[in-house]
Formats: sequence, C-alpha cells, structure tokens
Amino acid sequence: MTNPDANFLKGQKHLTRRYRAEQRFQWIGRIAIAASLTFLVFMVASIFWQGKGALITTKIALTVDLSTEMIDPANIKGASFDKIIKLALRTEFPEATKRKQKKRLYALVSSDAGFQLRDQILEGPALLGADQTIWVSASDDVDMLMKGHIDRNKPQNSRRLSDQQISWIDALLVKQVFNTGFFTNGDSREPELAGILSALVGSALSLLICFALSFPIGIMSAIYLEEFAKKGRWSDLIEININNLAAVPSIVFGLLGLSIFLNVFGLPRSSPLVGGMVLSLMTLPTIIIAARASLRAVPPSIREAALGMGASPVQATFHHVAPLAMPGFLTGTIVGMAQALGETAPLLMIGMVAFIVDIPGSILEPATALPVQIFLWADSPERAFLEKTSAAIIVLLIFLVLMNIIAIILRKKYEIRF
Amino acid sequence: MQKTPLITAKDVDVFYGTKQALDKITLDIPEHKVTSLIGPSGCGKTTFLRCINRMNDLVDICRVEGQIEIAGQDIYAPEVDVVALRAHVGMVFQKPNPFPKSIFDNVAYGPKIHGLVSTKSDMEEVVEWSLRKAGLWEEVKDRLNETGTGLSGGQQQRLCIARAIAVKPKVILMDEPCSALDPIATAIIEELIDELRKKFTIIIVTHSMQQAARVSQRTAFFHMGNLVESGATKTIFTSPQDERTQNYITGRIG
Repeated sequence: MTNPDANFLKGQKHLTRRYRAEQRFQWIGRIAIAASLTFLVFMVASIFWQGKGALITTKIALTVDLSTEMIDPANIKGASFDKIIKLALRTEFPEATKRKQKKRLYALVSSDAGFQLRDQILEGPALLGADQTIWVSASDDVDMLMKGHIDRNKPQNSRRLSDQQISWIDALLVKQVFNTGFFTNGDSREPELAGILSALVGSALSLLICFALSFPIGIMSAIYLEEFAKKGRWSDLIEININNLAAVPSIVFGLLGLSIFLNVFGLPRSSPLVGGMVLSLMTLPTIIIAARASLRAVPPSIREAALGMGASPVQATFHHVAPLAMPGFLTGTIVGMAQALGETAPLLMIGMVAFIVDIPGSILEPATALPVQIFLWADSPERAFLEKTSAAIIVLLIFLVLMNIIAIILRKKYEIRF
Repeated sequence: MQKTPLITAKDVDVFYGTKQALDKITLDIPEHKVTSLIGPSGCGKTTFLRCINRMNDLVDICRVEGQIEIAGQDIYAPEVDVVALRAHVGMVFQKPNPFPKSIFDNVAYGPKIHGLVSTKSDMEEVVEWSLRKAGLWEEVKDRLNETGTGLSGGQQQRLCIARAIAVKPKVILMDEPCSALDPIATAIIEELIDELRKKFTIIIVTHSMQQAARVSQRTAFFHMGNLVESGATKTIFTSPQDERTQNYITGRIG
C-alpha cells in the first residue's frame, strides 16, 4: 500500500512520549503515597511498641503481719500501714540493717503500697488477725527491671538498682499484671501510679463544651452569612476576617481566653469550661468555612423549588438546604474537633497545664487535657514515663478514631443522594 | 365581549442593575387558558414569567417597575405577602427539581407549610388527587415512600407538577418544562398541560414553536426585552402582524 495514511492509527513519536509522561507521573504519585504510608506505619508502630509496656505493671507479694497488735480492728484507718509494709520487707530480708540498706529495701515497693494494703483490708476485714500474703505495686525501677529496660550486666553504679536490690527482687515473689491503674488513676509523680483518666475526662469535658458552643454558633453563622446576609462590603469584610481567623496561631486564642474569660469574666482557672471555650474560638472559623462551602454546594434548584412552593426563606433553608448540607457540617465540625483535641498551646495559657491528680467531677473543677498530659509526661525524667507518654498518645489516637467513627456514622445517616 | 383577564401586566420594566431586561410589557392573560411565551434566548420571557410570582425578588440587583395584577390585586403592592402570592402562583422549573425526599413528602410539602390540611387522611387524599391530576398516580402509588429523585426525568417533572398543584394555585408558571425531556415524556406533559388548564391558568415559556402551537391558546412573542406581539396562538402562527414575529416563527431569526 502506498497510502501515506495507512499507519494513522499506529503510535507516533509524540504519542509515545505522552504515554511515557503519563506513566512517569503515575509512578511519582505511587512513590509519594508509599513514602507517606511508610512514615505513618513507622510512627504508629513505634508508638505502640513503646506504649505497650504501660499496659503491664509489676506487683510484689509480701507477707504482712496483720495481727491486732498492728491494726486495731475498731480503728482500721488509724493504723500505720507503711510501717507494716516496711516490717514485712525487713522480716523477709533481715540482712538489711544499715539505714542506707533499709532505704534501698523500702524503695522496692511503690510509695502507694501502704494505701493499697489499707484498701485491701477495708475491702476484706477478714484478713485481719494473722499473717497474710498480699500483692502491692512494685516501684517503677523494679517495673523497669522486669520489663528489661534496666540492664543487669551493666556495672552497678551506672544503673538505678544495686546488685543487692536485684538479688532481693529475685528472691521475692513478683508478677506482671494488666495495669488497670493506668485507666483509673489521675496523674502522679510516681510513674507506677500515674494514670490517664483525669486527662481523658478533662479532654472529654473540654470537647463537649467546645462542641456545644462551636457547632450551633458555627452552623448558624454559616447559614446566616450564606443564605440571608446581603452580599456587600460588610459580608466580604466578615468573610475575610473569618478566613484569617482560621489561620491565627492557636496560642493567640489562649491569650484571648486568659485575658477575657479568666481576667474579665472571672471564670475558674484550669477548668474544662474555659478550655472548651478557648478551643471553640479556635474551631469556629474551621466550622464556619466548611459549613459555608457545603451550603454553597447545595444545588440552587432546591432553593428555588422550595421558594417557588411558597416556603419562606427560613423554611426553605431549614427544611431543604440545611439537611442537604448536613454531611458537610459534620465533616467541618469533626475536623475542627480533631484539631481541638490535639491542641496544647491555648490550654497552657489558661492553666490547664497544672499537675492534676483528681479526676474532674464537673466542668468547673481544675483539669488537664490529653495532649497537655503527654507533654507533661514527656518532660519527666523517669524512664518509666517514656512508656506512659506513648500509651497516652495511643489513648489520644483511639479517642480521635472513635470521634471520627461517630462522625462517619452520623454522616452516613444524613447523607441524601440527589 | 371578552371575559376580564386573570392577570394583567401594565408597563412592566425590569432592570438587572443598570441593564434593562424588559421594556414596557403590557399583556393580558386570560383564565383557564394556556398562554405561551416565545422568543429567542435572552429576550426576557423567563424574566417576565418570574415577575408573576416575584421569584425575581431573590436576585439582589433586580428591580421591577410597572404593575402586575392578579384577579385585580397588584402583586407588587407593599402589603402583599410574597409567601402567600407564591401559594397562589405555582411554578415548574426547567430542570426537574424534586426535593430529595419521598414522593409523598414532595407532594405533601406545600399543603403542609401552608396549613391546608390537618389530618393525615386528608393529606393522603390531597397527595393522591395531585398525583392523579399529574398523571403519575398509577406509576408511583406502590412506592410513595421511595425518594422522588429516583424517578425518571419525565416522572420527576410530573412530580414537580403534582407538587405545584397540591396547594391548588390559581396560576401555574412553567419555565420550559420539557426542555430536559425526551419526546415521549414531552408528549405526556403536553397532554397533561391541556388537562390542567380546566382547573388552572397556565403560562408556559417554551423554545419550541411546535410546542407553543400544540399546547397554547394564546401566544406572546418577546424580542430583545420587548413584547412584539400577542394574541390567539392560531393568529400568531398563521398571520403574524409584525415582521419580527414572522421571521422568528419561520426560523429566520432565533
């Protein structure tokens, strides 16, 4: 064939080049995704690896003398439980006679051991009257040794436990159990006692306040601005300001909270109420922007249909437009809330950085929040706080995932196809 | 002697900002007839249609001057409630736009917000009546709880008509109701329009001159914001007075 067009369907040079460029681009995209996934997996895996230790704690069995000489059954609370614990340790290891040795011996059990003994007796007064074997928490150093974080082969003076202490531990009956205290205790200076509950409750209460304030205010502002406000210089000005607010560093909102909520309004310092209010200042712009975008995405034909039926603008908005924009509202809210959950800086400004042992019972009591707790633990020198830090991060991540799951379920529920 | 028209428009000017979209439109629309508004794109026929139920109020920069009376009442008078007006002047749009709710709720929405029915059985009656009038009842009676957006295009448009007539308006405005539909669906809607004019007064904007000729008794021809000619459809199509009308219906402009 001599027809010059005979090959018109075959690939030509510039076509092959085009396909190659396409291939190249796809590969770059795949590599980018693989890289980010690797980082993510690495991060999560390392956090879990470090944090899993916090779920285990070490207990020591002690044979304590609970005779009536030591404890008056009529006045159990008046007894000196610390003394009983110390006595038990001394009877076990009579060789510790010098003051320094005794101190080292006592350091094997947690400073909470006396209280644990008391609680067990109050729970079961039948224990009284004879020698009993009870389990008490070991100190964090013992816990670290059991978990292999203290190296026995190192010379004595470069580890936190002496050879004698290690030999005592080996002689004692020791077990590793699930650390329920981590989920039921507040913060503590002793790593083996420190728990996440007060921070968790503080975060939950703050977020509740934040949601209760920012969701209605944000959605209403968005609906008003998008559906009712006259477009003009004022609405432009407001829009620009809201967009700028979304980019303001969060610590500035903390300063605002400090000067307005605490100093002017006189609300209680360190409380989840103020924390939630400050966080809602921060989430509001996010929610408003997302909600306006989702309102704008509702087809105008729906608005016209409703208005053409004789619905008033408010009816048209709330019966038809807002329900269609609901998934968008929820997405914006959850993005804002997730930001708020991880926010530390503004909370530092209003005093939620305090060392809080008690679990806050109301929104007016002092509390701390999960990210602040993580920050505090990461700052502590004890080796045992390292795993607590990671475990707290795991709790924070699980909290976040749960929040997102709820949002997805709600969104699915409200999603209407059109 | 002719009956007094239901709608009379007198010297209606419409401005979008500084641009004049309609210029001194004076038109009478008789009751229980189909009046079609024809003309090339951008001639102002849809603008005029939207003046009749004041949908133009929604456009910030739109300004309407002149007088439109429905049954002797000036609809642009300050005491007129737009919501009440729209309950009497229903509208069917170019693209079918049922609410993303059930078929039942679509039709029931109007009577509900205007408080026309009080009991559930009354509502069911109104919904059935409207759907029957719109010729949709037989097709959807077993699936009233399914969403209205799941219907075919033609069915959706009939659902929109059912929704509009459920509040028993005096006038139904139709803005190119068949432009998004296939010929069969169009034919069904056209039949329906003819049926509906017994109860309602219908004004229809259409791009199809065949459609105007088929469904309407009166026709008004718009051109560049002016009402060029209006009269009985037959007269307009057979012996137009104005040269522009003639050019348009014979396909020389458009």
